[in-house]
Amino acid sequence: MNTQVTIAGVTFKNPVMTASGTFGSGMEYSQFVDLNRLGAVVTKGVANVPWPGNPTPRVAETYGGMLNAIGLQNPGVEVFKERDLPFLAKFDTKVIVNVCGKTVEDYLDCVERLGDTNADMLEINVSCPNVKEGAIAFGQKADCLYDITSKIKNVAKQPIIMKLSPNVTDITEMAKAAEAGGADAVSLINTLTGMKIDVHRRTFALANKTGGLSGPAIKPVAVRMVYQVANAVKIPVIGMGGIATAEDALEFLMAGASAVSVGAMNFVNPYSTVEIVEGIEAYMRKYGVEDIQELIGCVK
Amino acid sequence: MFYRKKETAKVYSQTEIAPGIFDCLIETPAAKAARPGQFIGVYPKDASHLLARPISICDADKENSRLRIVYRVAGAGTGEFATYTAEDSVSILANLGNGFPVEEAEGKTVVIMGGGIGIPPMLGVSKAIKGDKHIFLGYRDCNNFLADEFLPHGNVYIATEDGSVGCKGNVMNALAATTIKPDMILACGPMPMLRAIKKYAEEQGITAYISLEERMACGVGACLGCVCKTTHKDEHSHVNNTRICTEGPVFDAREVEI
Ligand SMILES: Cc1cc2nc3c(=O)[nH]c(=O)nc-3n(C[C@H](O)[C@H](O)[C@H](O)COP(=O)(O)OP(=O)(O)OC[C@H]3O[C@@H](n4cnc5c(N)ncnc54)[C@H](O)[C@@H]3O)c2cc1C
Ligand SMILES: Cc1cc2nc3c(=O)[nH]c(=O)nc-3n(C[C@H](O)[C@H](O)[C@H](O)COP(=O)(O)O)c2cc1C
Ligand code: FES
Repeated sequence: MNTQVTIAGVTFKNPVMTASGTFGSGMEYSQFVDLNRLGAVVTKGVANVPWPGNPTPRVAETYGGMLNAIGLQNPGVEVFKERDLPFLAKFDTKVIVNVCGKTVEDYLDCVERLGDTNADMLEINVSCPNVKEGAIAFGQKADCLYDITSKIKNVAKQPIIMKLSPNVTDITEMAKAAEAGGADAVSLINTLTGMKIDVHRRTFALANKTGGLSGPAIKPVAVRMVYQVANAVKIPVIGMGGIATAEDALEFLMAGASAVSVGAMNFVNPYSTVEIVEGIEAYMRKYGVEDIQELIGCVK
Repeated sequence: MFYRKKETAKVYSQTEIAPGIFDCLIETPAAKAARPGQFIGVYPKDASHLLARPISICDADKENSRLRIVYRVAGAGTGEFATYTAEDSVSILANLGNGFPVEEAEGKTVVIMGGGIGIPPMLGVSKAIKGDKHIFLGYRDCNNFLADEFLPHGNVYIATEDGSVGCKGNVMNALAATTIKPDMILACGPMPMLRAIKKYAEEQGITAYISLEERMACGVGACLGCVCKTTHKDEHSHVNNTRICTEGPVFDAREVEI
């Protein structure tokens, strides 16, 4: 039975990854799960310089989901290289480093500084709804996305994944722009912009007013978008959004994703990543699936 | 001892000790490793409520492996927990956070302060610290839950907002009414109380350890949802934003900006 998938020349032992920002750099959840069992660890967004993030409250629960407005707090790429990457190097799993920035120059600087590291791939977050400046515009205008993708591709030593925002009219246009710009893969979806009002305090639940919605509540939207994108581009798709179980993960694979990421559900069940790996294997045994490739995009 | 698991535990008993305030014993091996001031996450069974509710460990019966929590019904999650009875299962993430540095308090004139629903964790703290202790408990009214249980562990002073019992006002008013000169304060309670304690400790040049609250998602340090501004650059964030769930919830008051 083969669960391996290959994306842009990088081979993952299975298609299950962590979603950026929900798993730190693996340290915290290594108390619960064996990181060696995961296809990849995708790390929290890191920028060329440290970012303090947004004021609190930064998180709020919603029906079947949650809002977050962390604001991409991160210690900067230099600390990350000294502390987080060496930690991950100890495990037999692939490392995908998620990169954020406010300007094109920020992204290029960070990507260049990651060139000589053990990062196997870079995931470029051009879709965070929680940062005021720049970032999101790159992910919401096809020409901007094309431009930044090609510039990053020029300097990147590793294959790049462009992470797409669902907060657009037609996500396939964005995926095509990333592909045209030279992206090696796309990942989706990032969070959906939302808002919650605390009626008792008569104010916003989040200090940032708006936040990104994630968790099971967004899964059908995510599956639909993954299906559309997988049928619109030739580059591999990494799917995410509300994955809680192996069946959820299989939906994304069948919709056309070559791999999947587990995000907010880590908070609910810290063992979920490995349980999903085992659940996919059990499914393959049950239905006599020899190679996971048979499942990817099998629903047309 | 470090213990951290998500597990399905069993409710040993639950009673309503004051209107809307529940006292629950949970059977879990986590009790053996628990430190006063640590907390647990309790997950609602209603899956539309995803996140664990952070609740302080009130006390730990290490011999019988039982954790005690005392909580106020505040919304949907705690509302669900309040319906649990003995033998029911309860889904918990334990143990979380750092706890109070009770060893450091040994041999000092210690003032322990609890305000409202911040009182429960101070019971475990009062039990763990040996020596001279003054315990100040602040309540809204005459529903002085847990107060009796503090009596064997120190001199207990009560403050009530409505003046129905003890000193009228808050725990700081009650402290001012005595001649006690603390070397150290350990406290949990609402933010205005913690701010007053921080100010007092800074004026007196003494150490105060305070337990903070913030909205949490992961509870284990991964999501960066629960941060508090710090005066010094910390090891983890490098941007003066320490994680309450991991580096806290207990901080030296000098170290945090509240
Ligand atoms: C470290 C820590 C220790 C705590 N210890 C206790 C305790 O011992 N006893 C007790 O009664 N309460 C305690 N609280 C507060 C308790 O977590 C909230 O009352 C509880 O989460 C409310 O959940 P709910 O579903 O009933 O309310 P809802 O308002 O429906 O909750 C909605 C969401 O907001 C969160 N939330 C609501 N109020 C708070 C709050 N004050 N702090 C953090 N998150 C909140 C919930 O966890 C949930 O995710 C503690 C909080 C923290 C951070
Ligand atoms: C607390 C939190 C922090 C996040 N931080 C990042 C981030 O730093 N970079 C990024 O590209 N996506 C970030 N995301 C988005 C997730 O990676 C993911 O795309 C989204 O949450 C949908 O998946 P889920 O429903 O499984 O959580 C974050 C999500 C959450 C909940
Ligand atoms: S709650 Fe996630 S870091 Fe504290």
